[in-house]
Amino acid sequence: MSVPLIEHDRYLLVPIQSGLTDTELSELHTALLRWVTEQHPRGVMIDVTLLDVLDAYAVRTLSDVGHWARLCGAPTVIVGIRSDLAQTMNRFGLAFQEVATAPNWAEGLRVLAGSA
Amino acid sequence: MKMTGAEETCLPVSSDLDIMKARQKGRDLAAWADFAIVDQTLIATAISEIARNIVTYARRGTIVLRIEEESDRLGLVVIASDQGPGIPDVAQALRDHYSTSHGLGMGLPGARRAMDDFAIQSTPGEGTKITMTKWRTKPSVPQR
Repeated sequence: MSVPLIEHDRYLLVPIQSGLTDTELSELHTALLRWVTEQHPRGVMIDVTLLDVLDAYAVRTLSDVGHWARLCGAPTVIVGIRSDLAQTMNRFGLAFQEVATAPNWAEGLRVLAGSA
Repeated sequence: MKMTGAEETCLPVSSDLDIMKARQKGRDLAAWADFAIVDQTLIATAISEIARNIVTYARRGTIVLRIEEESDRLGLVVIASDQGPGIPDVAQALRDHYSTSHGLGMGLPGARRAMDDFAIQSTPGEGTKITMTKWRTKPSVPQR
């Protein structure tokens, strides 16, 4: 799996680098759950700018990460949802659950700091 | 990519890597045919959902992509076929939140909303064929 997991100031930063297969998304899900459980970050920020689609599987998988992180006391924010992805999610009736959203990293960190 | 209206791309679909390849081919073809970015993403996402249905329910199948040209409009046609178990109740499968697998029931109704034309032929025990098209109007040719 090619997604780097970066720790910064006890935040977990996850810049997704390309489109991911369902298997890669599932591996990312497992890796994030493990990290959150073991490292207790103050928050999780996932950057989806370079994802090619946000389909039902991707939205559900990322929402589930948010759910788990919240149970472990860490808020999650998704950043970089392009307008074409947002419009497509809307047309498909898809919505993120249990995660906040923000346009960029700076705003995302502000959201995480505010919801801690 | 060079392609005329007569050519087709036929993609095998039997793994999650195939799902990603199919949606990326669909996006490439939509970009080549000058669809707007949001339409490229709608097409790619619709392909992702129906390709995943093939892998989940039928294990393998094919997706054909082609461009259809009419006098005033241009269509990107996606034909997904499999010889899987078929859909017993198509009307129910097209309802939001209905799914028999993983609770991902937004895929089929979402794909129908994303595309302009959408048709399902399904026979239990024989397979499913979904034909869906996204249209864009052709810019009018300036008169000389």
